[in-house]
Amino acid sequence: MSITSEAEPLSKIKSKQIVKLLNSGERLDGRSLLDYRDIQIETGVIDKAEGSAIVSLGNTKVLVGVKVELGEPYPDLPDQGALTVNAEFVPLAYRYFEPGPPDENSIELARVVDRGIREAKTIEMDKLVLISGRLVYVVFVDVYILNHDGNLIDASGLAAIAALLNTKLPKYEVKENGEAKKTSEYDSLPIKDCPIPVTVAKINDKILVDPTLEEENIATAKLTITTTKDGKICAIQKSGIGTFTFKEVLEAQKLAKEKARDIRKRFFKEWCLGE
Amino acid sequence: MSVQKLVNEKGLRIDGRRLDEIRPIKMEVGLLANADGSAYVEQGRNKVLVAVYGPREAHPKYVGLHDRAVIRCRYHMAPFSTEERKSPAPSRREVEISKVVREALEPAIFSEQYPRSMIDIFIEVLQSDGGSRCVSITAASLALADAGIPLRDLVAACAVGKIDGNLAVDLSDIEDKLGDADMPVAIIPALNRISLLQMDGLFTEEEFVKALDLARNACMKIYEIQKQTLRQKYLQEKEEDNEKG
Repeated sequence: MSITSEAEPLSKIKSKQIVKLLNSGERLDGRSLLDYRDIQIETGVIDKAEGSAIVSLGNTKVLVGVKVELGEPYPDLPDQGALTVNAEFVPLAYRYFEPGPPDENSIELARVVDRGIREAKTIEMDKLVLISGRLVYVVFVDVYILNHDGNLIDASGLAAIAALLNTKLPKYEVKENGEAKKTSEYDSLPIKDCPIPVTVAKINDKILVDPTLEEENIATAKLTITTTKDGKICAIQKSGIGTFTFKEVLEAQKLAKEKARDIRKRFFKEWCLGE
Repeated sequence: MSVQKLVNEKGLRIDGRRLDEIRPIKMEVGLLANADGSAYVEQGRNKVLVAVYGPREAHPKYVGLHDRAVIRCRYHMAPFSTEERKSPAPSRREVEISKVVREALEPAIFSEQYPRSMIDIFIEVLQSDGGSRCVSITAASLALADAGIPLRDLVAACAVGKIDGNLAVDLSDIEDKLGDADMPVAIIPALNRISLLQMDGLFTEEEFVKALDLARNACMKIYEIQKQTLRQKYLQEKEEDNEKG
């Protein structure tokens, strides 16, 4: 059951200050409305995971570990590997995160990240089959929030794609009887796209990119748009109890496309088309 | 990938619809005696029943907010609503849909009129056939109106998708499964605002702009039927009163 939740209280003077600055095109941390915070990406941070990445977006920090194991394919997709995305809002990341099973926010985040990767056909699933209908690779993407300062979706989506690009695929020998034995060799995970989510928040009638936690707390709604390497939209999610006008949605789409291209250019050059 | 053709040479879909045509809709309000408000909507083979309880005292008390009502929303699919039996335990999909449906309805509700209260929206999908979250929103806003809860307007929802390369409104289950994209949209007509927007699949920018426009038109058609349904219900009640009185 989903229930209206109250954002972390923010002092009136601060929220007034945020709004006042926004009206003159500025933000508390000195950014313009359309700037991202500083982005840092480090890959291969967990040896035991087949792939991993840590992304910092200002003070937001997200770790993604990818494990690749063998399992059964989905019954309706016998010739495809499988992908699952899960997110943990671990209590060390934020005062108000509590241990326990995933709540609606972490489920939503995982599903939005999953949609971006899946719908962009990022992983070549048909190359992850060992025995058709019986044995395939299963790619587990686990999102671990380490520090929450807003815009968890973008940080998580970015960390997920960075980790997948860094993922090695263990080679297996498949015997006659269908048994699979792990070898010490690895291939790289076959990837053919680089989806990037870009989130905008709405505060009063202002649209701003990459909201901090304080900004999220006074925003009425957020819109995440994920685009593929050729600028197509592969996932959208509106969240929060506010609304958007048609014009704002169209504006957000243009922004998302442009910002994702900038990020790809900086961190994933080989996935930047036509540049 | 799809072997089956979803759109024929005449531009008609599997069920004979045009690309911009919504499925047949049936709406009813006030059919559950216990609930404060209720609605039942059929759209194609979707059958969705919604009950609203409240505003009532927030329970447990600590979930209440001092300046407005909290809205609780549960989207749930009956075990027999799908091809294969669905476990009655809430799936991750249902958890997410409960959240986005609540967030689609909440901006239409004058919740600030009921501090420390709670409004419960219980949605049961009795049969699903693609687009059940949109049907749920359409039905839930009717149930809220039926409960007499002050609303800025009704909320109307409809999905737009892509089948065989064509944009089409209100995808059925099979079109959703074999199609290339699906974008559910909810609109609050009086405000001309979008309160739900999700998408999966692939859209070019051009397709997205066009899809948004198609969604608006489809939602407005649904909105007209919603208003008519409510009007009819109260006309009927008035007639009954007149006969008695």
